[in-house]
Amino acid sequence: MITVEGLTKTYGPTLAVDDVTFTASPGRVTGFLGPNGAGKSTSMRILVGLTRPTSGTATVLGHRFTDLPNPGLEVRVLLDASAQHAGRTGREILTLSQQMMGLPPGRVEEMLDLVGLTPTESGRRVREYSLGMRQRLGVATALIGAPEVLILDEPANGLDPGGIRWMRDLLRGHADRGGTVLLSSHLLHEIEVIADDIVVIGHGRIVARGTKADLLAGTGTLVQTRNRGPLVAGLDAAGVTFTDHGTPYAGAVTLRVDADPELVGRLAHQADVALLGLRPADGAGLEEMFLDLTADTQRESAA
Amino acid sequence: MSTIAPPHQTFPTTPPRLRHGSPARIPLSRITRVELRKSLDTRAGFWLLASIGIASVLATGAVIAFAPTDQFTYSTFTLAIGFPMSVILPMVAILSVTAEWSQRSGLTTFTLVPHRTRILLGKAVATVTIAVVSMLVAFPVGAVGNVIGSAIHGVPTVWDLGVVDVLYMVAGNTLLLMVGFMLGVLLRSSTAALVAYLLYAFVAPTLLTFLAINQAWFADLQPWVDPNVSQDALFRGGLSGEQWAQLAVTTLVWLVVPLAVGVRALVRSEVK
Repeated sequence: MITVEGLTKTYGPTLAVDDVTFTASPGRVTGFLGPNGAGKSTSMRILVGLTRPTSGTATVLGHRFTDLPNPGLEVRVLLDASAQHAGRTGREILTLSQQMMGLPPGRVEEMLDLVGLTPTESGRRVREYSLGMRQRLGVATALIGAPEVLILDEPANGLDPGGIRWMRDLLRGHADRGGTVLLSSHLLHEIEVIADDIVVIGHGRIVARGTKADLLAGTGTLVQTRNRGPLVAGLDAAGVTFTDHGTPYAGAVTLRVDADPELVGRLAHQADVALLGLRPADGAGLEEMFLDLTADTQRESAA
Repeated sequence: MSTIAPPHQTFPTTPPRLRHGSPARIPLSRITRVELRKSLDTRAGFWLLASIGIASVLATGAVIAFAPTDQFTYSTFTLAIGFPMSVILPMVAILSVTAEWSQRSGLTTFTLVPHRTRILLGKAVATVTIAVVSMLVAFPVGAVGNVIGSAIHGVPTVWDLGVVDVLYMVAGNTLLLMVGFMLGVLLRSSTAALVAYLLYAFVAPTLLTFLAINQAWFADLQPWVDPNVSQDALFRGGLSGEQWAQLAVTTLVWLVVPLAVGVRALVRSEVK
C-alpha cells in the first residue's frame, strides 16, 4: 500500500511536483504515466526518502519510508538500473544488498537464477553490462528481500521484447500474490497492458486517476469517412460535439464524436454518408489527453 | 549487441511477506561491515589498499638502500612508511563517501538504509578500521626493515619509538584520514575532494610557511590557524599543553565545523 497526499516539490520558482495525491493498493499494479519531465521520478524519489518534499506526505505500508527499520524487506525501489558502481560485479552488488538486509547468502544465487543472469555474466563488472542486463540485476536487487511493495521507474527501458514480456509477467505475478506494484512509464501502451490502476501526471500535476477500465471506458465513438463535410453538417444539426482524430489515409478522416455509435450511425445514414469505420472510442480519450501532454512538453523543450 | 540468455519464465520466488510486526532495525555493526566490504570490492579500492602495503615495503627498501648509516633507527623507517600512508588513507576515506555520488550507488545505499548519518557513521568507522589495520601492518614492516637494514650495514639496531610515539602516529594518521572524509562529505565529488586534499596537505603548508618566514606577525599565529603545523607536531609526538590547545583549535575550525556543515548539507541533499 502506497499513499501519497498533497505532495509538492519546488526547485526555486519551478514546480516539479504540484499537489500530487494518489494511492497504490495491494494486489494491484498501479501505472504512473506521464511524459518525460512530468514529475514521475521526483515523486518516486520523494516516496523513498531520496528527495525532501516541499510539502505533503508519502507513506508506504502506513509508515514514512524513513521510519521503516529495514526497508529492503518491505519496500524495494528500482529507480535507475545504471546507478551502480561500475567496478563491482553483478554478484557483488547483489551480495552487498543481501548482507545489508541480513538475508541468508543463498538468496544471491536464487535471484541470479530468477532473473536469468548466468554465472559468467554475474562475475563480470557492471560497466560491461548492457542496459538489459542492468535492468535484470536491478530487478534481482529489488526482489532479494521479498518485499511487499515494489516501486520501479521505467523498468522496461533497455529490455528487448522478450524481456519486457518477462518483466510484465513478473510484476503481474507479484501483484497477484498480494503485493503492491507502482511502476512508471512514458509509454501509454506499456502501462495499458500491465496496469490495473492508472495515474496520469503532466507538468507535475495529476491529470487523471482511476482504474484502467474506467479511464479507457467509452469516451464517445470513432467514426471514419471520406465525406467529412456532410457528416459534420449532420452532427452539427443534431447538436452533437466532436473532435478531429487524425487522418487514417489520404482522403479519409477520423472523428471522435461525443455520442454512442448507434446515434452516430443513424446521423450518418440521415446525412447519406458512407462510413469506413464506426466503433466505440476505447481509450481514445486517454490517448488524446496523453498526446496533448506530450505535445506540450515537446513544444516547451523546443522553445 | 550483447545477447541475453532467455530468462526463466517461472517465478519460484518467495511470495511477498504479509508480515505481522516489523523486522529488526539494521544494526550499525552491519552497516560498518558492508561499508568495509565496499572499500575493498572494486579494483580501484583493492589496489588503493594494496598500494599501502606495497608502498610501505618500497619505502623500507629505499631507507635501507639510501639512508646514511647513522640514521638507521626505527623512526626513520616509520616516517618513510608513514608518508605514502598519509596520502593514500585519506583517499580511501574520500572515495568511500564520494563514490555514492559519482558512481550513483547512493540510490541503493540510501534506500536500503534511509538514514544518511548512520551510513556516514558506518563509513567513518570502516575507514578508521582500515587505517588502524594498515598501520598494524606497516609498523612490523618497518621493524623488519630496521633489523635487516642495521644487519646489512653492520650498525646496532636502534628502537627509538615507544608505544606512546606509535599512538601519536596512529592519531595523526586518523586525523588526516578524517580530513579526507570531511572533504568527501563536504564536496561529494571525487575529483574536487581529491584536489582539495592535495591542496590542503601539500600546497597550503608551503604557502603558509613561506608567509610565516616573511611576515613576523604570522609566524606566531601560524600554529593556531594552520592545521598542518599542529598535525605535524602530532606526528613528532611529545605535545606540550599549548600544542594540544593549538591542535584542538585547528581541528575544530578545519575539521569539526566543516564536517558538521557537510553532514547537514548531505543529509538534506537530493540523491539522484
